[in-house]
Amino acid sequence: MFETAVIVETVVKAVIVVSIVAAMAGFATFIERKVLAFMQRRLGPMHVGPYGLLQLAADGIKLFTKEDIIPQNAIKPIFMIAPVIAATSAFVAMAAVPYFPEFTLFGYTIHPIISDINVALLYVMGVASVGIYGPLLAGMSSANKWSLLGAARAVVQMLSFEVVSGLSILAPIMLIGSLSLIDINDYQSGGITQWLIWKQPLAFVLFAIAGFMETNRAPFDTVEFEAEVVAGYATEYSGMRWGLFFIGEYANMITISVLVSIIFMGGYAPLWFIPGAVMMLLKVSFWIFLFLWVRAAWPHVRPDQLMWVCWKVMMPLSVVNILITGFVLI
Amino acid sequence: MYEVIAFYIFSILTVGMFGIVVMSKNALYAMSALAGGMIFISGFFFILDAEFLGVVQIVVYSGAIMALYAFGMMFFDTTRDVSEKMRSKKIAYTLSIISAVLIVAILCMPLVSESIEASYPAMENVGNIQMVGLILFTKYLVPFELAAIMLLVAMISGIVLASKKMDEHLAIEEDECEMLKEGK
Repeated sequence: MFETAVIVETVVKAVIVVSIVAAMAGFATFIERKVLAFMQRRLGPMHVGPYGLLQLAADGIKLFTKEDIIPQNAIKPIFMIAPVIAATSAFVAMAAVPYFPEFTLFGYTIHPIISDINVALLYVMGVASVGIYGPLLAGMSSANKWSLLGAARAVVQMLSFEVVSGLSILAPIMLIGSLSLIDINDYQSGGITQWLIWKQPLAFVLFAIAGFMETNRAPFDTVEFEAEVVAGYATEYSGMRWGLFFIGEYANMITISVLVSIIFMGGYAPLWFIPGAVMMLLKVSFWIFLFLWVRAAWPHVRPDQLMWVCWKVMMPLSVVNILITGFVLI
Repeated sequence: MYEVIAFYIFSILTVGMFGIVVMSKNALYAMSALAGGMIFISGFFFILDAEFLGVVQIVVYSGAIMALYAFGMMFFDTTRDVSEKMRSKKIAYTLSIISAVLIVAILCMPLVSESIEASYPAMENVGNIQMVGLILFTKYLVPFELAAIMLLVAMISGIVLASKKMDEHLAIEEDECEMLKEGK
């Protein structure tokens, strides 16, 4: 009976996480338009509903009811499954992420994490990187040259940032001695001075940049940059399949924000009078805002510049960081 | 009970995926099925509580197959079928069936003779990574370091092969550019 209870609990948690994150992803598109608009001295969506809030519903209805077009020469099954891969891998990665401190509801202690495996960090990074298969398969099956260029850029980008994100995260792991995100969070529970960002500033910067590359966000959005490759891998997509790619992208943004908050910024440890759960929400919101801020502030880089910065600047820096951390630990 | 269900789901999916890899004539189908199969294999590791190996399976193979995709992109038009030259279907099928049966027989031999004994049984209260690390840095230290040196050699030779005469090629291009400028 115990096994069944665990399964039921897991399924309920999974459904809650997926529905909340999907809703947040939808809301993030609205926030993105608003923030970008304010940074560019515009108003953004204003007409639908109060303050443009119902624009969200209008966009949703449009996406769901739009015709799903599949090009004649495309490889149909792969073309159809690619957006599903992008969205599901983003959600599957969230299975090992703790969002809040544990709390008691109706006399039952709830751990807000779907599965507490002791290699959580590696798992989240690995599964999130599988998500790049979405753009890759989409581009290769579309029978469109822009899409193929987008797919080629996806491969190049993935092979570059994976090395940097893996190596940069190694130094904090060496300090903590555990891959479990809960252990990493508990390591920094002694207030703001215990945050790993002070001990590992270089790893923090490198991991954040790699996170921007992983989510295809603005300075590194080579995969779908309009001015160069139309819409990249998503050129041939329409309707809900196109929407799935973007739900995946925003879900990935949320995962990266949660990861950075937990690894470098103290996670869900309470600060002064602020409870842990609110701290977590504040940090994640700040990171989402930072994603949008960077998009508004910085121009986009070329793929060769991206590879150059990955292999010739960031990778040596992260190796040096590991070396120094190792010497300090010994 | 749930483990049995999970095991059968993953085994059906894995066998199906690798079946597609072998049977399909389309490079894109084959590669995608290979990636899927490799990821489904990690399910077995998770069922066996070897989470570290499961995650490593996902990380390593998703990256490796990504490189395979890059080659596929360069060498094939992946939207068309690859025409295969197969002289005799009979020989191919018999050989593959024989080798499959042989592998199954080899792997089942210890089961039949009931002489399986873990030389390094799983320890209680020790994490996955710690156990792998203990074995790697005590019993298998020399093979581990040798493998590292082999990878280093492969990497250096790859760099040497790729960068050989790279400056000369660039020089030729510059010559051509100058010739174009002069209008020849």
